[in-house]
Amino acid sequence: MLPLTVLGIAILALASFVVARSRAVIAADGSLASLHSRPSYHGLFALLCVFIAGYGVYLVVNTIGSSYVGSTLRSALAEIDPTLTGLKAETALSDARAIATGGVASAQDALRERLAEIFTSANTNRIWATSIISLLAALGAAAWAIGKVSPKFRARNKAENILRGALLTAALVAIITTFAIFLSLIGETLNFFSKIDWQVHKFLFGLTWSPLSGVHTGELSADKVGAVPLFLGTAMITLIAMAVAIPIGLFAAIYLSEFASPRVRATAKPMLEILAGVPTVVYGFFAATTVAPFMVGIGDSIGVGVEAESALAAGVVMGIMIIPFISSLSDDVINAVPQTLRDGSYGLGATKAETVTKVVLPAALPGIVSAALLGVSRAVGETMIVVMAVGQSANLTFNPLDKVTTVTVQITMLILGDTEADTAAGPAYTLGFALFVATLALNVMALRVVRKYRLKYD
Amino acid sequence: MADASINMADLSAKHTSPETGRRTKARHRAEKRLKAYGILAIALAAGALITLMYTIAVKAISVTNEHYISLEVPLEASKRQMKLLTDGNPKTVANFERGPLRDAIMDAARYEGSKRKAKPLTELLATYEGYTLGEIVEQNQDLFGSSYHFEALMSDHVQLYYKGQFGRPIEAGTDGSMTITPGETEGEVVVDHQTNAFMAARAALRDDRALEGRNARRSANDQARAAEETQAKLAATTDAAERERLTAALAQFETRRDELIAIADGALTEATDTGNVFTLREDDPSVFIRAEKGWIKVTELGPETSRGVVVDPLAATGEVTAGQWKALMMVTPEAERQLNDRQVLWLENFEREDRLVTHFNWRALLGTDSAEAEYAGIWGALVGSFWTMMVTFMLVFPLGVMASIYLEEFAPKNRLTNFIEVNINNLAAVPSIVFGLLGLTILLSGVSLFGIDLFDGLLKAFLDDPRSTPLAGGVVLALMSLPTIIIAARASIKAVPPSIRDAALGLGASRLQTSMHHVLPLAMPGILTGSIIAMAQALGETAPLIIIGMNSFIQDVPGDPLEKANVLPSLIYLWNNNSERLFDGKTAVAIAVLLLFLILMNALAVVLRKRFERRW
Repeated sequence: MLPLTVLGIAILALASFVVARSRAVIAADGSLASLHSRPSYHGLFALLCVFIAGYGVYLVVNTIGSSYVGSTLRSALAEIDPTLTGLKAETALSDARAIATGGVASAQDALRERLAEIFTSANTNRIWATSIISLLAALGAAAWAIGKVSPKFRARNKAENILRGALLTAALVAIITTFAIFLSLIGETLNFFSKIDWQVHKFLFGLTWSPLSGVHTGELSADKVGAVPLFLGTAMITLIAMAVAIPIGLFAAIYLSEFASPRVRATAKPMLEILAGVPTVVYGFFAATTVAPFMVGIGDSIGVGVEAESALAAGVVMGIMIIPFISSLSDDVINAVPQTLRDGSYGLGATKAETVTKVVLPAALPGIVSAALLGVSRAVGETMIVVMAVGQSANLTFNPLDKVTTVTVQITMLILGDTEADTAAGPAYTLGFALFVATLALNVMALRVVRKYRLKYD
Repeated sequence: MADASINMADLSAKHTSPETGRRTKARHRAEKRLKAYGILAIALAAGALITLMYTIAVKAISVTNEHYISLEVPLEASKRQMKLLTDGNPKTVANFERGPLRDAIMDAARYEGSKRKAKPLTELLATYEGYTLGEIVEQNQDLFGSSYHFEALMSDHVQLYYKGQFGRPIEAGTDGSMTITPGETEGEVVVDHQTNAFMAARAALRDDRALEGRNARRSANDQARAAEETQAKLAATTDAAERERLTAALAQFETRRDELIAIADGALTEATDTGNVFTLREDDPSVFIRAEKGWIKVTELGPETSRGVVVDPLAATGEVTAGQWKALMMVTPEAERQLNDRQVLWLENFEREDRLVTHFNWRALLGTDSAEAEYAGIWGALVGSFWTMMVTFMLVFPLGVMASIYLEEFAPKNRLTNFIEVNINNLAAVPSIVFGLLGLTILLSGVSLFGIDLFDGLLKAFLDDPRSTPLAGGVVLALMSLPTIIIAARASIKAVPPSIRDAALGLGASRLQTSMHHVLPLAMPGILTGSIIAMAQALGETAPLIIIGMNSFIQDVPGDPLEKANVLPSLIYLWNNNSERLFDGKTAVAIAVLLLFLILMNALAVVLRKRFERRW
């Protein structure tokens, strides 16, 4: 039924285009110049009106409808069997949906059958309401728009205003997304903090991370949600990654922009681009199956105990991942340093190396620092490498050869784990929120560094 | 011109002085050093890339072939068997391997033991081969009453064995003739042979024993040191209870030390004594003798006389002339292999009888996910990736282009525009996992604030269970790659010269017409290039997709974006977590295919850029 409605609105829109267009031609009465807008614009205006009214109403009614179905089911369940809560209630509800739609249910009993009946009737209501209301809205819009056709009607301006509105809406998606991220994280975060009695300092500065330890009793102890081990692990891996990426990336950028012949540039740049294009899950595979065993082997041969899930392996591979990022950003800022500065330096007798270290790099420094900050932000938010190469044990350690865990690993494991979504979501979303804030801060910082210290040469 | 205070002669003397020369040299060295650092940095990056590609290629190549055994399956026309095979119940069909398939492989191996104990033999076959055979005969019921030629896939352990995972048998000697005489009990034989007949095997065993001896000696030294320390403590303590404890500990250390010394001495004597008779243990390499159409597993390896157990019956005993026998050795001890000696010898026999067949591993590409590594393939995930990318592209391309046109062509310079731009830049740097959390709440499970449900998951309005669907994944990836596309599209719209716009506006076109009819077509190649690169990034994205559940075990190929599916990156993650070793190679295949697609997409972007991008 619903796909038919969608199709119906589209057909209606096309039909109103044709009708409005021909009405405009008739209204022109032989001289098209008497029309303010060309007939197609009258058609377009009608089409857009039907489109917006039809699909807009469809989306609104359908969303309200599905909420209505959900709440009907839930209240019905609460009425029939108030003892059923949490996961069991969710299973019963999804089973009822499955029974009603002919899917595979995990169990079948009187309760579920009853719920399925309720679901079917509520769902039928939703489908009919959505179809009828949206089709009526589309019809109304068509009638209105077609009635508007007259030689004086400024159809082109109106249609273009609508389209411009659509463009603006598209641009607003970026804001909506940011807002949606904030909204989706903040709810669970506040929920989580309220569960630990707003002892936010215990989350930020506590030393023990074991948020699921009280899962069986349903209690969340504020002493078990100290995220410092995760922050420390993340910081350590980030530090190792940057220790690999910054020198290699920077020296590669300096060499490529100042010393390399065009031929070397032509091979080295694509090479770095390939490195940048390798998906992180591949780096994770590389870290887990090649680099980590290799490091364990080296550790064994020199008599140092290296854990298979050490921070070192993940950090080094993450560093490799960030090399192209640093090098391409640095390359850009180094190239942006005006040639006149270099020429001045050469004119004073400086060698190329002296020009680079004493003139070009200081001039490019704000850009390089900002590149490094962006690199840090990527390392902090990187997930797959650490999920695949680092364990889950939240150790409080400064030893890079030890097992550590990171914020992103914990988020992933909490979400993917077997624990009930209600219990695991709190800590996971709170960590996600912390991550979001941290990367945002790093970005703002990177932008400000550039804005504040950039030298203007023009 | 010359200033009176500068004496040109002095100056030139200074320039040619040895000190200046040294300084110049030092400066040039610094230059070379900087250059060397740069070259080193690039070499390191290249080295990392090559190592990465190399390891993946090696692992992927290890599974290019899969190994089958060709069997003659006797299909009796008995009612029981027909029913067993064709009633369509997967369970009974799977049980098939207890029926004719087991008979067939027992026949091939000339196995004469009890059927119940034939498990090591049937284990050589892949888990679902009975099912596969059942499906074939179900469709061709006239096969009953004949013997059916069936190529059965071998188990993952056998596949790994042929990749050399546990080592392959190597020659351990063929020199001279030997005499086989039956020993005291049945099955045991004594083999008399030339002195140097088993040189290779004996050398390997000697090395083994020497290593064992050295290790035992080192441990013995540790124990001795511990004993000495305890002794010293004992002398210093007066407390009775403590003394008792220490005495007990001391005794323990000393016993252990003496035991270890005995082991070390024994092993080292065995290693050095040229006439030693080695008794082969489970953690030693296995040595087999092939003679008289049978196999002997060596239990004692002496310089001239060895003992063994007959594994496969010999046709005859007595003298075997030179060249009529050979010895094989499996260096990896039986305890460390997933195939035991008996299984290895069966495989040797099959190979000798040309029963082993290898085929190109199409299954890894065209199969779907499976719990058994030997059956797993990437097709389902590849199709899932395709649907996800379709959804992403359909959403993000129009949205991105529209947003860029607005921002470049229409947006007034005001706060809102500024805010949009800041948001786009920030979104580009939000970690991908956060987008996963966004999708999980907004699209799937709904949002609640302070205990009040704000709205249900948005996709639930279209689908009963949108979890793990390409639709959900596509929407998340679209939101994620929106900033990338907007940034690329804006750059290429900006590159269209203003004269084009002025001309269009001058001819009476509206601003919308100018943008749509003139600016956009000219900017399109650049926008497409940027979009393809953004799609390539999205194709490799994993974290947000596993957060919204696209890492479940799904065996079906999704027919549309509304069916549950995996994507390639999440399959890689999933397989990497699996402990079965054969998945390692298959993971590498998945990675290779993923990288291939990424390279193709990037190449397409380069071609587009080269061919169509205009410079004004």
